[in-house]
Amino acid sequence: MSRLNLTKISNAQKTMDGLYMDFDHRIAASPIGNCPVDLTAAFLKVCAAQSCGKCVPCRIGLDSLSGILNTILDGEATLETIDEAERLATVIVDSADCAIGFEAAKLVLNGIKAFREDYVSHIEKDKCTANFAAVPCSAKCPAHIDIPGYIALIGDGRYADAVRLIRKDNPLPAVCGLICEHPCEKNCRRNIIDDAINIRGLKRFATDMAGDVPAPEKAPETGKTVAVVGGGPSGLTAAYFLSLMGHKVTIFESKPKLGGMLRYGIPMYRLPDENLDKEIDVILSLGIDVKLNTYIGKDVTIDELKKNFDCTYIAIGAHSDKKLGIDGEDAAGVISAVELLRNCGEHALPDFKGKDVVIVGGGNVAMDATRTSMRLGAKSVKCVYRRRVDDMTALPEEIEGAMAEGCEIIPLMAPERVEKNADGSLKAIVFKPQITGKYRDGRPSPQKADLPEVSMECDVVVVAIGQAIESKVFAEMGIPLNRESLKADDFCAVPDNEGVFAGGDCISGPKTVIMAIEAGKVAAANIDEYLGCHTDISANVSVPEATHHFMSACGRINLGERAAGERKNDFDIMENEMTLQEAKQECSRCLRCDHYGMGSFKNGRAYKW
Amino acid sequence: MVKLTIDGKLIEAKEGSTILEAAKSAGIYIPTLCYYKDVNQIGACRVCLVEIEGDERLSASCNTYVEEGMVVKTNSPRVRQARKVNVELILSQHNVNCTSCVRSGNCALQSVANDLNILDVPYEKKTAKSNWDMTAPLIRDASKCIKCYRCINVCENIQGLGVWDINGTGTRTKVTLSRAEAIRDMNCTFCGQCITHCPTGALRERDDTDTVFAAIDNPDLITVLQMAPAVRTAWAANLGLTPEEATEKRMVAAFRALGVDYVFDTNFSADLTIMEEGSEFIERMTHPGEYKMPMFTSCCPGWVRFMKLEYPEYVNNLSTAKSPQQMFGAVTKSYFAKKIGVDPSKIYCISVMPCTAKKYEYDVPEVNDAVDGLKDVDMVITAREISRMIKAAHINVKELPEEEFDSPLGSGTGAAVIFGATGGVMEAALRSAYFLITGENPDADAFKAVRGPEPWREVSVEIKGIPVRAAVTSGLANTRKLMEAVISGEKEYDFIEIMACPGGCSGGGGQPISDGNELAFERGQILYKLDANNPLRFSHENPDVLKLYEEYMEKPLSHMSHKLLHTKQENWTL
Repeated sequence: MSRLNLTKISNAQKTMDGLYMDFDHRIAASPIGNCPVDLTAAFLKVCAAQSCGKCVPCRIGLDSLSGILNTILDGEATLETIDEAERLATVIVDSADCAIGFEAAKLVLNGIKAFREDYVSHIEKDKCTANFAAVPCSAKCPAHIDIPGYIALIGDGRYADAVRLIRKDNPLPAVCGLICEHPCEKNCRRNIIDDAINIRGLKRFATDMAGDVPAPEKAPETGKTVAVVGGGPSGLTAAYFLSLMGHKVTIFESKPKLGGMLRYGIPMYRLPDENLDKEIDVILSLGIDVKLNTYIGKDVTIDELKKNFDCTYIAIGAHSDKKLGIDGEDAAGVISAVELLRNCGEHALPDFKGKDVVIVGGGNVAMDATRTSMRLGAKSVKCVYRRRVDDMTALPEEIEGAMAEGCEIIPLMAPERVEKNADGSLKAIVFKPQITGKYRDGRPSPQKADLPEVSMECDVVVVAIGQAIESKVFAEMGIPLNRESLKADDFCAVPDNEGVFAGGDCISGPKTVIMAIEAGKVAAANIDEYLGCHTDISANVSVPEATHHFMSACGRINLGERAAGERKNDFDIMENEMTLQEAKQECSRCLRCDHYGMGSFKNGRAYKW
Repeated sequence: MVKLTIDGKLIEAKEGSTILEAAKSAGIYIPTLCYYKDVNQIGACRVCLVEIEGDERLSASCNTYVEEGMVVKTNSPRVRQARKVNVELILSQHNVNCTSCVRSGNCALQSVANDLNILDVPYEKKTAKSNWDMTAPLIRDASKCIKCYRCINVCENIQGLGVWDINGTGTRTKVTLSRAEAIRDMNCTFCGQCITHCPTGALRERDDTDTVFAAIDNPDLITVLQMAPAVRTAWAANLGLTPEEATEKRMVAAFRALGVDYVFDTNFSADLTIMEEGSEFIERMTHPGEYKMPMFTSCCPGWVRFMKLEYPEYVNNLSTAKSPQQMFGAVTKSYFAKKIGVDPSKIYCISVMPCTAKKYEYDVPEVNDAVDGLKDVDMVITAREISRMIKAAHINVKELPEEEFDSPLGSGTGAAVIFGATGGVMEAALRSAYFLITGENPDADAFKAVRGPEPWREVSVEIKGIPVRAAVTSGLANTRKLMEAVISGEKEYDFIEIMACPGGCSGGGGQPISDGNELAFERGQILYKLDANNPLRFSHENPDVLKLYEEYMEKPLSHMSHKLLHTKQENWTL
C-alpha cells in the first residue's frame, strides 16, 4: 500500500486553467462602457462560484449580494437597496474567512463609491449611465483615429489613402508609426481570440509604403490669424488643422528646429530625423509661418500675441528637468536626461567612450538615456531604480531591449548622495537599498531596507526622474498655473485669457505624443469655433467594406529589432519593418469592429469632426 | 457584377450589394426581422443568417457583401436551427400577447415565428417593464420591444432627431428616450416614423377609438368626420380590399357605416388653406421688408413642432394659416353649425389622419378659435385606428356600394388632394397664386417640377414679373439640411414646403403599416391620379369654398378668416 502519490493535473483542472486563460484574454479586451452594476453583479457570480463553500459570508453572501444588484438592474429597488448592498458587502469584507470572499466584496464597496451615480440612475430612471464604445481601438486612441478604416485600406494596398485617413485625426502618422505608445492596442477585441492587432506596426508600414502624400486642400482663407507657441507635436497638430480650416498660423519655437520632444527628447534610433523632417514638411506645406529661436517673454510677450493674433495656442511642452535633491548633485558629471537627449537631438553627441554611466530613474526617458549612453560608447551603463523592475513605468520591451544591449537594470536602490573628487568632479553615487512595501496609489512603495549603502563609482550620472515645465515666465505674463503646470480646461481654453488656449505636456505634465496630438486637435476644433467658423475636417477616403472572412486564432506579428550587438553601436533606426506578407496577415486579423457589433449602428463611422 | 451561387442557383449581383439583396433579386427569399432597407442593416436579430461555404460560422445576409465565387446556402440545417433558436430567444424577451395587440396580423415577429413553426419557447421568459405617459400621442410598450433598433436608426438618420437611444449593455440592453425621462420632455415631433418602422407592437399611437365610438353612440352629439387626402391612399390596406375596390367613394361608405352623421373631406379645407396661405404668400412677397421670409408651409404639425423645438427663431416664418384639419374644425363649429342651426357644442368633430402629430395639434390649446371653451377638432384618429374601428364594427367593406361625400364641406379639388404627397401643397399654392396675381389659370401641371422622389426639389417661376423661388423637402433630416442651407445663406428661397414624414402624408406616421416597405411615393401616385381626374384642379375654383367666403368669411385674410383660419404658432404650447 502506497502512502503518497505524485500530483497529476486532472483533465478537468487543465480545462479550468484554459478557461481562466480565456478569462484573462477577455479581461484584456474588456469592452469600454459596459454597465458597471451589471458587471459587478456578474463578477460576484464568478467569485461566488470560486468560493470553497465553508464560511457563511462568502458562500451565501456573495450570491445574495449579486442578487441585490440584480434587483437594482431589474428596476425593483429603492435607494435604500444601495445601503443594503453596502451593509452586506461590508459584512463580507469584515468577516469572510479568506481572500476569495473578502476581496470580492471589497471590489463591490469600491464600486459603489466609484459609480454610485450609476446605481442611482438605475433605481430612479431605469437607465444606465455608461456609454458603450463601438470601436475599442478608436475609442482608446486619444486622437480617435479611424483605425479599422486604415487597417482595411492597408489590407487593400491603398497606403496613401491610409495615410490620408490617419491624417484626418493626426497629422503625424509616420512619427506615431514609429514611437506611439499605442493605447489603441490595449482593448483590441482581437485579444479575446489571440492577441491585439499590431496597430502601430501597421501604421508604420503604411507610412513607409505610401511614399509622399501631399497635404489635403485647405478650406478657403478665413482671414483669421492664430499664434502657436511651441513647435512640438501638439503645436504642429494644432497648426496643421487650423491651417486646413483656412486660418493663418504662425508657430513660435524657441529652439533652432521644429519638433519639440520628437526631435530633442526621442532618440534618433527610435525616430530618425529624416522621418520627422518629412512629416513636418508636409505640415508646413500648408503655408505656416515659423519663427525659430524665438522665446516667449523675451522676444515676444503674450500680450503682443493677444494683440496681433485672433487666437493663441500655447503648447510649450515640459522641457526642463527635475533634480534629485541630494548632496553632491552639483558635481561636474551629473547631468539630466533632458539635457543629454537634447544634445543628441542637436547632434552634439557627448563622448562617453570608456566611461561608466549610471542612470537614475525607471521611466521611458530613463530607458532612452540608458540606451543612448550605450550608443555613445560608454564602458558600462547601469540604470538604477528605487522600485522593482515590475514597477518601472517604461514599456517592458524598452527594458528588455536595454538589457539585451548590455545595460544593467538595478532595481530597489534609492539615490542617497553624490560623492565628489577633490576637484569637484563626480566620484561615485551612493544608493540606499530598498525593500518593496505596501501599496500606495495602486503600486507598492519602496522602504529603506536593513542593508548597507551601495556606492557606484562612475564618470557620468544621468538623472531621469521626470520633467518640469518652464511655466514661470508664462505665469508672469498672466497665464494661470495649476501648481507647476499651465492651466486650461477640458476644451483647452485658458481661464481669464480671452482667445488663449493651451494643451499638451505643459498642461498635463509629461505624457505621450498621442496625447499631445489630441490636445492639438481639440484646441484646433475649439479655436475654430471660437473664431466663429465651423469648418469640418474630413478625409474624403472611402473605406473598403468589411468581408465575412474570419481569421481564426493566429499569432500577432511583432516587430523585430536589429541585433542588439549591432544596434548598440549606432544611432540608426533600431526597429525592423513588417514585410508585405506580415502586414497582409496582420490586416486580415482585424475583426472590423467598425462593421460588426455596434460599429455599424446609427451613422456608422465618423467621417468628419 | 459579381457571380455567386445561392442555394445552388448561379446568380449575378451588383458589386457591393448584400447577400440579402442579391438573393432577393434572384427571387430567393431570406427571412428578416431587424432589417429595414437603408435604415437598419445592423445584423442584430440574426434571423437573416446564411451559411457561406468555407466559413466556420454563419453570417447575417443583411450586412455581408457578395464576393466573386461565393457559395451561399440560405436554408441549411445549421441556418434553420440558428434562425429558429434566435427567434425563440427573442420571444423569451417579448411580451407575447398577440390576441390583444394592435399589430396582431401585421407583426414581423409574429410572421417570422409562425413561418419558423415555433410552437414553444424553451427559454425563461423575461420581459421589460414600461413606464410611459399613456396620454402622449406616441405610446411605447417596453415589454414588446425586441431591440431591433429600427426606431433609433430611423429617428437618427431619417429624421435627424435622435429621440431614441440604446441604453445599458448586456442582457438588459434597452431602447430608451435619449435625453429625458418622458416623451413630452424630448424633442420628439410625434411624426410617428418610429411607429411605422417598428416590427412589433412596441410602438403605436394612443388608441382613441373607444372615445370616438362613444361620441358616435351619443344621441346628443352630431358627429362630423373629416379625412385627410392621404388617408384615401391606404385606408383599406388592412381590410383585404384590392386597390380597385379601395376607392374614395367606398371609403366614404365605410366611414359612414360606422354611424357618423356627416362624412366630409379635409380636401375642402385644404382648398381653403390654399386660399389663405396663397394670399398670405402674395401679401408677403409684395411687401418686402414687412414680413419674415422665406415663408414656410404650416400644415404639418410634426414640422411645426420641429421648427419650434429646433429653430424657434424661425417660427414666425411659418405661414399663419392653420392646417386643413384645424381650418375644417373651425369652419365646422362656426359656419356649418350656423348653417344647420345647431349649437356648436352639440357637434363632435372627428378627424381621420395619416398622422400621429395631428393628435398633438388638435390638443394645442391655442388653436381653438370657433367657440370659447370648445375644441375646433374633438378627436384625431389615425388611418390605422379607423381601420380597426371598421373591423370592430364588422363592416363588410367589400360589399358596400360606393357613396358620395356629404355637402357642403365634402368637396375638394385636385389641388387639395395632392396635399397628401410631398410637394403637393406647394404645387397647389403656386397654381392659385398664379391665378390670384394674373387673374388667369396656369396650366394645371405647370409646376410639376416639385413632384418626385428626390429629397430636395426646387422650382423657380416668374409670375407677372414677380420671381418666385420655391423649395420642397420631406423628412426631418433633409429638413435640417435645408434649414442650415437657408440660415447660412447658401440657398435663397421665397416659399418652402416641408413635410416631416419622408414622402409627405402618404408616408405618414399614422398610415397603415406594411413592414419593410416605404410606400409613400407609390401612394402619392394615387393622389396625382385623383388630381388629374378631377374636373376642378384649382383651389380657387372649389364652389363650396367660394360660397363660404361669400356667405361667411368675406375674402381671404379678412377679419373673420384671421379669427378662424389663422394662428400664431409661436404661442403654441409644445
